[in-house]
Amino acid sequence: MNAVVQTTQLTKVYGTNRALNGLTMTVPRGGIIGFLGRNGSGKSTTIRILLDVIRQTSGEATILGEPTRSATVRRRIGFLGEDKRLYPYMTVEEIIAFTRPFFSTWRRDTEARLLREFELPARRKVSSLSKGMRTKLGLLLNLCRHSEFLILDEPSEGLDPVMAEQMLQSLVQQAADGTTVFFSSHQISEVEQIADYVIAIEKGRVILEGSLDQLQQQFRRINLVFDDPPPPDAFRRDGVDHVIVQGRTISILASHNVDELSALGPLLAAKSVEVHPISLKELFLEKVKER
Amino acid sequence: MILRLNPSTGVPIYLQIVEQIKHSIEIGALAHGDQLPGIRVLAESLVVSPNTVVNAYNELEREGVIRLRQGAGAYVEGGEFANSRRRRFKEASALVKEAVKRLREMGLTDDESRRLFEAQWIEEMASR
Repeated sequence: MNAVVQTTQLTKVYGTNRALNGLTMTVPRGGIIGFLGRNGSGKSTTIRILLDVIRQTSGEATILGEPTRSATVRRRIGFLGEDKRLYPYMTVEEIIAFTRPFFSTWRRDTEARLLREFELPARRKVSSLSKGMRTKLGLLLNLCRHSEFLILDEPSEGLDPVMAEQMLQSLVQQAADGTTVFFSSHQISEVEQIADYVIAIEKGRVILEGSLDQLQQQFRRINLVFDDPPPPDAFRRDGVDHVIVQGRTISILASHNVDELSALGPLLAAKSVEVHPISLKELFLEKVKER
Repeated sequence: MILRLNPSTGVPIYLQIVEQIKHSIEIGALAHGDQLPGIRVLAESLVVSPNTVVNAYNELEREGVIRLRQGAGAYVEGGEFANSRRRRFKEASALVKEAVKRLREMGLTDDESRRLFEAQWIEEMASR
């Protein structure tokens, strides 16, 4: 696999707090990658290490095949953080005109289209823009660059639902133009909607990683109802992620081997066997609980 | 063609696209030779990753439902697939209609019937 990011056993320690605790992940090239995690799970720390804003305590990280410390690699990456760092005294059109010459890959057609779609007031000063407008302006400045790799830290934070949808749509366009898009989020629904690859972290470690289609096809919840439930140990088998007993119902989260596991139902005299697909939300919550 | 996706059901989005395009063919909303939207256009209108649309189109081509022409888009593969599917679909829906009617006459609620269907499929799957 042609990876845009590769980290191995990344740790970051702040005093007594381990922000990252052996984070190993591979971000594939192409498409939209959702970086999912709760607040404080280590998403921003990871991104800041990738951008060489801070340095890791231990472990390795490469970005676009180069060490994160490389001075040249940064120019190939677009980044939109929570702090938009826009000059407040400039107007929208001034800041666009100011930014444009820095990037040889800047596309005027994208600029015109996004100005229209985002309904940004060209003559207004940045200081007078709402938070949502500022996010859209920051997004525009990044999207016009058509960089090889675009990283966004919680891009939908503070956007109303209409703006959030516009933002997601613009990420889809960017990916269709060949940019690899990597965005962090604690909102499972938006990751579920536009990401084709998911990396979920909790307490500074990866808890789920893979193509979303594959994860959804792979994991199943199997609910078995018994008159007299067998001990949970009966389900300690290949493919069982974990088992919950609720009265007469035994609920299994299976990562594979689903057919064989559901066949256990009749063998153990279950009254009913139900197999359900599992949403990313359920899967994420289960994985967080395991930690 | 109108697609309605529900990302939070746990059913992969590419499969939802595949199923809904097949359904559009079965009910005649899409016919032989019709052009499907390009990958970019469909991805943008559904707000899903372009890779997801690529996966869906590849699967539909693999099953012979559509034909992908390099650079020229995706076309509904007509004839045999569509006709036989539509015929089969018609027969099947008569069967289901009859079954639903009989189940109701027996006094089962729709929920109960649905659970019976699901249980039967699981049994089939388990005995495979």
